[in-house]
Amino acid sequence: MKNSRWLSLYAVVAYAFLHLPLLVLAVFSFNSSRFTRWEGFSITWYQAAFADADLGEGTINSLIIAIAATVLATIIGTLCAYGLWKRSSLWISSTLYLSLVTPEIVMGIALLAFYQWIFRFLHLPLGMHTVILAHVMFCTAYVVTVVAARLRGFDASQEEAAMDLGATEWQAFLRVTLPQLIPGIASAALLVFTTSFDDFVITSLVAGVDSQTLPMVIYSMARKGFNPSVNAISTLIVTALGVLILISDRLEHKA
Amino acid sequence: MIRLRAWCLTPSLLMLGGLFLIPLAIIFSYSVLSRGPYGGVEQPFTWENYARLADPLYLSILLRSVLYSAIATTVCLLMGFPLALFISRSGPRRNLYLSLVALPFWTSFLVRTYAWMFLLRDTGLINTTLQSLGLINEPLPLLYNPFAVMIGLVYGYLPFLILPIYASLERLDKSLLEAAADLGARPLTALMQVILPLSMPGIRAGSVLVFISCLGAYLTPDLLGGGKTIMIGNVVQNQFTAARDWPFGAALSLVLMLFVMLLLMPLLRRKEGGLL
Amino acid sequence: MDTVLELQQVSKHYAQHKAVNDVSLTVPRGSLYSLVGPSGCGKTTTLRMVAGFEEPTSGAMLLNGERIEHLRPYERNVTTVFQSYALFPHMTASANIAFGLHRKGTADITGPVSKVLDLLQLAGKESRYPHQLSGGEKQRVALARALVLEPEVLLLDEPLSALDPQLRKQVRTELKALQRRVGITFLMVTHDQEEALSLSDHIAVMNKGKVEQTGPPHEMYLKPATRFVAGFLGPVNWLGNTGIRPESTELSATPPQGPSRRATVRSAMFLGNCYHVEATLEDGSVMVSEVQRENHSFAPGQTVYVYWLPQDEITL
Repeated sequence: MKNSRWLSLYAVVAYAFLHLPLLVLAVFSFNSSRFTRWEGFSITWYQAAFADADLGEGTINSLIIAIAATVLATIIGTLCAYGLWKRSSLWISSTLYLSLVTPEIVMGIALLAFYQWIFRFLHLPLGMHTVILAHVMFCTAYVVTVVAARLRGFDASQEEAAMDLGATEWQAFLRVTLPQLIPGIASAALLVFTTSFDDFVITSLVAGVDSQTLPMVIYSMARKGFNPSVNAISTLIVTALGVLILISDRLEHKA
Repeated sequence: MIRLRAWCLTPSLLMLGGLFLIPLAIIFSYSVLSRGPYGGVEQPFTWENYARLADPLYLSILLRSVLYSAIATTVCLLMGFPLALFISRSGPRRNLYLSLVALPFWTSFLVRTYAWMFLLRDTGLINTTLQSLGLINEPLPLLYNPFAVMIGLVYGYLPFLILPIYASLERLDKSLLEAAADLGARPLTALMQVILPLSMPGIRAGSVLVFISCLGAYLTPDLLGGGKTIMIGNVVQNQFTAARDWPFGAALSLVLMLFVMLLLMPLLRRKEGGLL
Repeated sequence: MDTVLELQQVSKHYAQHKAVNDVSLTVPRGSLYSLVGPSGCGKTTTLRMVAGFEEPTSGAMLLNGERIEHLRPYERNVTTVFQSYALFPHMTASANIAFGLHRKGTADITGPVSKVLDLLQLAGKESRYPHQLSGGEKQRVALARALVLEPEVLLLDEPLSALDPQLRKQVRTELKALQRRVGITFLMVTHDQEEALSLSDHIAVMNKGKVEQTGPPHEMYLKPATRFVAGFLGPVNWLGNTGIRPESTELSATPPQGPSRRATVRSAMFLGNCYHVEATLEDGSVMVSEVQRENHSFAPGQTVYVYWLPQDEITL
């Protein structure tokens, strides 16, 4: 089936709609003027963004949170997918599915209420740890989905063969199954990293005053009024996350 | 074998229980308690928070949220179906085109919303361009209105529709189309009689996903809608921050959650075993 | 007789059905023993219970006289050649073969590996990955991987089914020769009665979770105990409780000496090595006969006389 001329023309328009807003933003991040009128190429706003203490701190916080959440969610999610592959559990998979479709705002306030309630007994403040736990919560289901998809095509007799040849269940998992899951797991981890790094809604609810993440800083800058540094940092974020997503995509399609 | 499986599932069980089910249970218990003076909750037990949903103020916000979500879903469907069809017919370049849809979708949602602020605000790209061309004197009020929210929603969730429709078009047996053409169907007839009915699972799944995402939207109406076009998500957030009415916020979020679950129910049954 | 493996009234019941019901087998040491039957007869479940992938609901399994039914797969000295081979795709042929030796903590890995590589004519292929091997080579790696551990019993699940039909007959002969050379007991599952008859020292025919009969192939073929066994191992013409195999059913245009039955030829088909003739007896029952090519052909509608030797009769 070939595409008709009209359909191809439409596709050009649709792709422009999907990509132009970000491209325009990227182009204007190199504008020398602080106004939205092109006056010449400059990297002023990148310098300004790098000099901004809030953005710097936010970036570091976001990186710490995203790395911690990625490691934890990847381990928990992989083990979970493996356990469900051994024998499915409608209970666990429906709860995971529910967590995947719960509106972010609902999950955010539920976690906030939970933290407030538990801290009555523990006397802990909100902070990076609460954000990390929240991110692990909403990222694990992604990992389970990706790894479970990998496992669906996995021949169960390979593990039986390993045990038949003297490997314990644990050795069969570590030496036979896990090595073959690595591309899928890596792809899931990259996905989780971008999701965690970018999250605003849940994060802003459960972060303490001294744990501002990069999206939170950008959000308050965007609300305050126009600041071209936001264009610069936004371009950097989209580029960096875009590269990670491309790698993840490549890994997932690697047979 | 059973022991290893138990070990594998324990961390996720602890996490799902501790960070998902217990928080939801707390929200439920808050929703049937009374409001405390400085936020928080107090006795006595009451259903009043749910009754307040019938208040015209909140009812109108609820209805607006449903309306916006329905319109955004329809627009996404009209825009997404042809693109999915285009991709499915693009031969070896399919994966490239598909990645081009997914790429902006997976990168920052916040930045994508911000990009529209950059385009639509009074001093934004569209207004300055139009002004410098002399087409308008005063900037057009493009931002902070329902129109901006709608653009944000469509832009944010369009890939949610394209990917499932593409998936069902991809499964579609190519020989069916040849058979249709062979039996004398013109392209448009084939589209209406063969392609459209057979891609219904994707259309249904994608529409539900877009609709529930819009219904729970918070960031889009917050940044692009200004104070006047708020949706349920914003009211929920407001109750837990500025308004300090946790019980009402809890009731509202549970109603939102219930909506989402009811909408997803038929999809789950169809998929037999769900997503995982 | 020296018994290596014994199953005593082993059953495997699932919620819905009884996959294996009261199966008892005695496998002589050093023999090639086949479990044969139609799909769903319980033969694969039986094999999986011996391997340890399934636990029997009841009954005992003895390996060298010791109970093994509650041992984990890695605690039993039996190894399996899987129907799909289940080679580890991320390991080379030699790493696949060495896997079990590593798990056992054997000090000398290379010695046994190169020995088994030679035995299965895999020299030169050791550093290839499974996707770089042909179907026959994959099968030999699977055999090598299982044999290198010198198991008490080697279990083979439909070992020839994944091969091309042309290759199958050749590998069948090789498999038998291999078993003779290594002297290890092979317990094989197959649905192909010809395979079972040609390869095995002993056969157990299974049907609906039960063993119908066990014995050497020729005895099973010539003296089947049940109608099912007779029919499963080859076609039979039944006249009441008496059965005659088509190759023992003779046809003659003229009445032969001794007892015979008059029949009318219904169809005659040339099969290359013989003619396949269907004849209808006067009572309406149909007899199939394989007539030697040298004998004159028969035309439909022709009157013939059907006869057979009494010693070729199968009586139940």
